[in-house]
Amino acid sequence: MSPLDRRRDFLLRGACGLGSLALWDLLARDGYAQTAPPPLPDARPLAPKPPHFAAKARSVIFLFMEGGPSQIDLFDPKPEMARWDGQMLPESLRAHLRFAFIKPTARVWASRQTFRKHGQSGLEFSSLLPHMASVADAWCMVRSAHSNQFNHHPGQLLMHCGSPMVGRPAMGAWLWYGLGSASQNLPGFVALNSGRGGFASSGLFTSGFLPSMYQGVPFATSGEPIAYLSNPPGLGSDEQRERLEAIRGLNELHYQQTGDREIASRIAAYELAFRMQTAAPELLDLSQESKETLALYGADQDNAFARNCLLARRMVERGVRFVLCSHASWDDHGSLLSGHQKNCRLVDQPSAALIKDLRQRGLLDDTIVIWGGEFGRTPLAQTLEPGREEATGRDHHPDAFTMLLAGGGIRPGTVVGRTDDLGLSVAEDKVEVHDLHATLLHCLGLEHTRLTYRFQGRNFRLTDVAGQVVRKMLV
Amino acid sequence: MRVVVLMAGALAALLAQPVDFVRDVEPLFQKRCSGCHGAARQLSGLRLDRKADALRGGYSGAVIAPGNAQGSRLLRLVTAAEGVKMPPAGPRLTAAEVDVLRRWIDSGAPWPERAESAAKARPRPAHWAFQPVRRPAVPAVRNANWPRNPIDRFVLARLEQEGVAPSPPADSRTLIRRLHLDLTGLPPAPEASSGAAEETAARLLDAPHFGEKWARHWLDLARYADSDGYEQDQFRPHAWRYRDWVIRAFNRNLPFDQFTVQQIAGDLLPGSTLDDKTATGFHRQTLTSREGGLDTEQLRTEQVADRVATVGAAWLGLTLECARCHDHKYDPISQRDFYQLYAFFNSADEVNHLAPAEGEMGPYLQQRPEYERRFRGILSAYRVAELQPPWEREVRAAIADPAARLEWTQVADYVKVYQDHGHAILHTPAERRTFRQAHDLTRVFLKYPGPLASWPEAKGVNFSQGFEKLEQLDADLPGLSEVPALAERDTPRRTHIFLRGDFRSPGIEVGPDVPAALPPLPPGAPRNRLSLARWLVGRDQPLTARVTVNRVWQELFGRGLVATSEDFGTRGDLPSHPELLDWLAAEFMDSGWNFKRLVRLIVESATYRQSSRTREDLLSRDPANTLLARQQRLRLPAELIRDSALAASGLLHPSIGGRSFFPPMPVGLLKVAYRSREWRVSEGPERYRRTLYAFFWRSVPHPQRMNFDAPDTLTTCSRRQRSTTPLQALNLLNDPEFHEAAQALAARVMRERAELSARLTRVVELALSRPPQADEMALLTRYYVRKRQRLEQDPALGVRQFPGAAAADLDPAEASAWAGVASVVLNLDEFITRE
Repeated sequence: MSPLDRRRDFLLRGACGLGSLALWDLLARDGYAQTAPPPLPDARPLAPKPPHFAAKARSVIFLFMEGGPSQIDLFDPKPEMARWDGQMLPESLRAHLRFAFIKPTARVWASRQTFRKHGQSGLEFSSLLPHMASVADAWCMVRSAHSNQFNHHPGQLLMHCGSPMVGRPAMGAWLWYGLGSASQNLPGFVALNSGRGGFASSGLFTSGFLPSMYQGVPFATSGEPIAYLSNPPGLGSDEQRERLEAIRGLNELHYQQTGDREIASRIAAYELAFRMQTAAPELLDLSQESKETLALYGADQDNAFARNCLLARRMVERGVRFVLCSHASWDDHGSLLSGHQKNCRLVDQPSAALIKDLRQRGLLDDTIVIWGGEFGRTPLAQTLEPGREEATGRDHHPDAFTMLLAGGGIRPGTVVGRTDDLGLSVAEDKVEVHDLHATLLHCLGLEHTRLTYRFQGRNFRLTDVAGQVVRKMLV
Repeated sequence: MRVVVLMAGALAALLAQPVDFVRDVEPLFQKRCSGCHGAARQLSGLRLDRKADALRGGYSGAVIAPGNAQGSRLLRLVTAAEGVKMPPAGPRLTAAEVDVLRRWIDSGAPWPERAESAAKARPRPAHWAFQPVRRPAVPAVRNANWPRNPIDRFVLARLEQEGVAPSPPADSRTLIRRLHLDLTGLPPAPEASSGAAEETAARLLDAPHFGEKWARHWLDLARYADSDGYEQDQFRPHAWRYRDWVIRAFNRNLPFDQFTVQQIAGDLLPGSTLDDKTATGFHRQTLTSREGGLDTEQLRTEQVADRVATVGAAWLGLTLECARCHDHKYDPISQRDFYQLYAFFNSADEVNHLAPAEGEMGPYLQQRPEYERRFRGILSAYRVAELQPPWEREVRAAIADPAARLEWTQVADYVKVYQDHGHAILHTPAERRTFRQAHDLTRVFLKYPGPLASWPEAKGVNFSQGFEKLEQLDADLPGLSEVPALAERDTPRRTHIFLRGDFRSPGIEVGPDVPAALPPLPPGAPRNRLSLARWLVGRDQPLTARVTVNRVWQELFGRGLVATSEDFGTRGDLPSHPELLDWLAAEFMDSGWNFKRLVRLIVESATYRQSSRTREDLLSRDPANTLLARQQRLRLPAELIRDSALAASGLLHPSIGGRSFFPPMPVGLLKVAYRSREWRVSEGPERYRRTLYAFFWRSVPHPQRMNFDAPDTLTTCSRRQRSTTPLQALNLLNDPEFHEAAQALAARVMRERAELSARLTRVVELALSRPPQADEMALLTRYYVRKRQRLEQDPALGVRQFPGAAAADLDPAEASAWAGVASVVLNLDEFITRE
């Protein structure tokens, strides 16, 4: 082997350790690569980017209650309903109502839950949610949320992507695009799922028309957490490393042939992939958590949502920008009493634990937790079997429902907005879905009208052509 | 007090005076209204500077009712009586001004006749894309040796003007591989990696894989998929019939004008054949929802609007959908234009033609008697004859009076949403229903008996069990393929402009017509889809040919002459080579819309044949390669990456056309689906077919496709992205399908070659269509030796890594080492790139 070959050999073997710049520099000085293109640029397209102004929060966890929980039975007590229980609404109130299944002539069904004030703020929760009530002072309870979509799929797309039409990027993709990711080992946008599958499925973590590198990565609850994360059978980590080094070496040689900077991005992508292979299993390894923490969430029980909440904390701790934790389904058209009871049992404790855990680790200050569905449920009953209250449910209700938020920049222990005596419509401070989005972006240091992407000849944004920052929700 | 009296007196005197249009009204219109409702702009379709237009009104209808100010919308608008105020900005009209309008209208809105000829037709827009296509003269160039055909003269003239030299031609192997990937989407076999480019191109243009490659681009535009899209996202078992039609059309080089006419209106052609009707499957790719509580009319209007938008994007390169809610903000497309196009599609209904594919009829007919016997068995076991008629009566009663009994209204909704034409069948007398209709209604009855389930008469009937039995029975009967198509309904629907795009707010009625900014329909042409289709490919319609040749250019250079291939409007990019674009468009039309000829013309040019090597001299000057001083390295589309791996390894099953197959799918992903449907992975050679045929489930798109930027198929896609992500790396490194390809490639080179260096050479040749260079050989050898050593130290490792080796008569350790080498090569940037 000639000295030159030895040097090349050394360089190729050590290509990862030694900067590419040094590699080409040495080769050029040896006269070996006279026409070599300049050193490979450092390609980190997903690196953090500065916000528009100083941010209060840097991460978001959306506890998405898919299907639409009943605000009447959880957050928005309506004592006046008792007088109307079992009766039809007067003609005047019925005129403008439109529902998915039931007709406006359906009967009022007062909540069977008991409500109590909690904490210093006196926020009201029904007895179905004792744990969330125990952190009452952390929440900003928006009782006047309003959507214009009364079916699940468009409703969910509006809540997550700002439009009922398919093809728009989800919130997490917008944030990743706008702010980059603080993690060099994990994707900036992760989607977790518990319960049964969702209506809008991948629509809730799509990158839409944004470049696909901002696509949310679904972590599956069974099988591999990320598609193709594990090595092929029998291939250890050191062998994977060797494989990557061979690929890198050949790619660098090809860069010399072509001068194409895209090869640098490809090499960087392989490096991040390898780091993800180590970081993701570490992330998912809950044995690192104390017994107390596991018990706090209830993650020691068979509860996928509890596990996902704990994972969400571990993700924001590691710099993930946006975590979507969906829980399905709250869509209790029938048997609402037992259905909601079951969902609350699964969701209540982990939701509260997430708040407590983030707070005790000092993460709540720069993490926003959102809790809510794509809409709420009607104050009117959906009667499947007349005379059997156990079988009764409620229909979709986008006109007035409750969303909860907590953390970075959000005013704690507050109620925003008010609904009318029967919970049919918003009486004060209507908060549209786009207003929620605008407020959220504001907390993250982004002006919602300036976070745009050009597509099909115009600038698109998460808030479409609407959205106002809701000052009452802010600290 | 006196002042007030005086003022009141003056006002009274003024009021007494009759209103004069020219003196009092017209100046008011000019001052306060004509900015938005004058000659230049007509927001909401309203124009107040000409009598006929003003009295006709805007999209929402008339605003002036002569003689009736009280009933005139104009008065309500200027007094902000209905929420909207006009003018929207600036001071309100004064009481006196409002009064002038009121008295003018009450007196019959007199408006003197005058010559208004000047503004009869809108002036033709100045935007370049709307100008007629003329064939420009081919420019002269100094370096007459470089051009191979007229394309090159246009490109070189510009380069010479800029003082930039073109790049040298790509070496022969690179060019051959480029041609294979561009024309057929498959890498060349090593034996075909050299030779004359002309012969190669001619051969590939005639290869059956040509149709597959170019169909894929068209299917992106058609938003082709194998499922409904929304919510339940049911499978579409017959979607492939349209895909096959597209592949065949490209393979037989169906002239692009006929290709257009058949897809837009094949059902309306005289003597329309099944093939013509199949082409209208283009419009059957719209999303469908089966969500309970759905408003079916809303869904239908969404579908029609999507058809307009898709035709606009695919043929006209316009963002017509922007004009759905209001006049287009940037392009000369009014909301009226949108709904006039909408009217062409508004009376087209979805139909499925029963059209058994070859080999289906025999097994079906054989089993049909048994099927009918068992079907009758179910009818009697679940007392359908006795119980279904009262059920039908109740559901019909609920449809007639939804508020009466809500439990039944819900059942009526289910019948509507879950069964196509459910209510129509329900209202067809039982004796006039076809067997299929009767079967379908019974199926819904068993699924949703509603309150009848608890009637005493129905005691002991297990409806859900009956439904499951029927489902099983249906599943067991061999299916007959259908052709999803469009058909014109007997009584056309009326079309209204939807105010703000809301189907619940119909405005004025409009008829079918083409956009005013483009050449009109020929005089006397019937206003139907067939005329629209022929108009799209008319010689004087400037967009279709430009848009189409630009898209072909985009596929062969990575970037169109108009970079925004989906938008030729004023917000799109300007063409980099406007004369070349027009020359190609003229050439394309004058050749009889000969698609293969167009492709051939481009791939034979010197421009296309250039090396793709990055030029340091142009990096800052022309980073996007708009000057075309070189070719472009292009990462392959998702489908071709998998196809290439299958081809290199020899696993590819190259059969053309047919049903979709089910590729392996990570189990975790199937769990996010609304209903975890059975995803039965195809077996045998089916599994190794080209990715074009892989079943595309809209709500659970395959990760390999998504990782590499395949479109989501929800809306039309004219231009794919080319991203580079870590998920792509994981995909190529660890996906079992790619792992399998690496093992098959290893087995192949071990069978075909004996020596180390010969085997290494063979791996590289099969994957990259070129021999390895010395430094690459050295690196691969080192990797191989290292891996081989590791496997020798741990003999069990080879068996774990390559369990199938022994069965293939291979030494597991040796085979695993070669599988490692193969996987390294299949992961290279070069492998997934067209150079």
